[in-house]
Amino acid sequence: MDAEAMKTLAAAIAIGVGAIGPAIGIGMIGSKAVEAIGRNPEASGKIQGPMILTAAFAEAVAIYALVIALIVKFV
Amino acid sequence: MEISLAAEKIGHIGSLPITNSMFTSWIATIVLVVFAIFATRKMTMIPKGSQKTLEYIVDSLMHLVNSVFDNMTQTKKYFPFLATLFLFIITNNWLGLLPGVGSIGFHEIHNGKELFIPLLRGGNADLNTTLALALMTMVLVQIFGMVAIGFFKYVGRFVNFKSPIDFFVGILEIIGEFSRVISFSFRLFGNIFAGEVLLAVITWLLPYVGPVPFYFLEIFVGFIQALVFTMLAMVFIKMAITDHSEHEEKAAH
Repeated sequence: MDAEAMKTLAAAIAIGVGAIGPAIGIGMIGSKAVEAIGRNPEASGKIQGPMILTAAFAEAVAIYALVIALIVKFV
Repeated sequence: MEISLAAEKIGHIGSLPITNSMFTSWIATIVLVVFAIFATRKMTMIPKGSQKTLEYIVDSLMHLVNSVFDNMTQTKKYFPFLATLFLFIITNNWLGLLPGVGSIGFHEIHNGKELFIPLLRGGNADLNTTLALALMTMVLVQIFGMVAIGFFKYVGRFVNFKSPIDFFVGILEIIGEFSRVISFSFRLFGNIFAGEVLLAVITWLLPYVGPVPFYFLEIFVGFIQALVFTMLAMVFIKMAITDHSEHEEKAAH
């Protein structure tokens, strides 16, 4: 296997595997937030704030994986 | 298709190279300054036109900052920095979506290959810009903390000889501060650069029609990333200016 093919494969695996964890995490955050809003619709404004913040933390990990994939592919 | 991770240089000022992202950031700064000057000329008690828009923006940001600090004096002290951060990031992100950014440029020969160098590129699609913002934010968080609760109390959060566990927690806090710089810069860079790459690839696959929903996504992502950067900066400032020893005394009761 030559280097170019390895690079492409590595980039694909990096982002593919790296997106699993954050996707599950954000799904769990969303589900708990929506459940909490369902129990207490008046607190929806207060729940949305921390939900967006936590989702951004979880998504950042997926972005780290994406940056590594881009570095592997293009540098 | 030519996708470059690093921003391409388009010129020099003396010996300082100017990249296309830097040039776009200048344009974003000029847009913000001109809008602010234009909206605050001849201010009236009942606002009209651009003054109304600017008041709406400032009011919403004030509510956002106050929702985290819950304390009007603190909000007013840290508002200029946080609001500037938000407006700079969102203007940079949205300017990177305009037609002409990334497509207008010139051809150059590098190492025998002819490359296309775009004249404009999203300001935050360059790791240098986001790293600068992240470093500036974390340094300012330290300074705000030291000014608010005193130098020795603030350093006492990191260098803590009360017990072995507290000492290791202090070391972890120091590592945490550095990791925040990395996470801030890579979160913003990754989101905006990946958005640019996504739009380029989709435009290549399905021209004219394909990119439309992805432009919606990028507008949304640009706004969310500015919001997340600002909210995280707010949370870190709040944690830095809170006196933890008071906390422990209250908890002991």
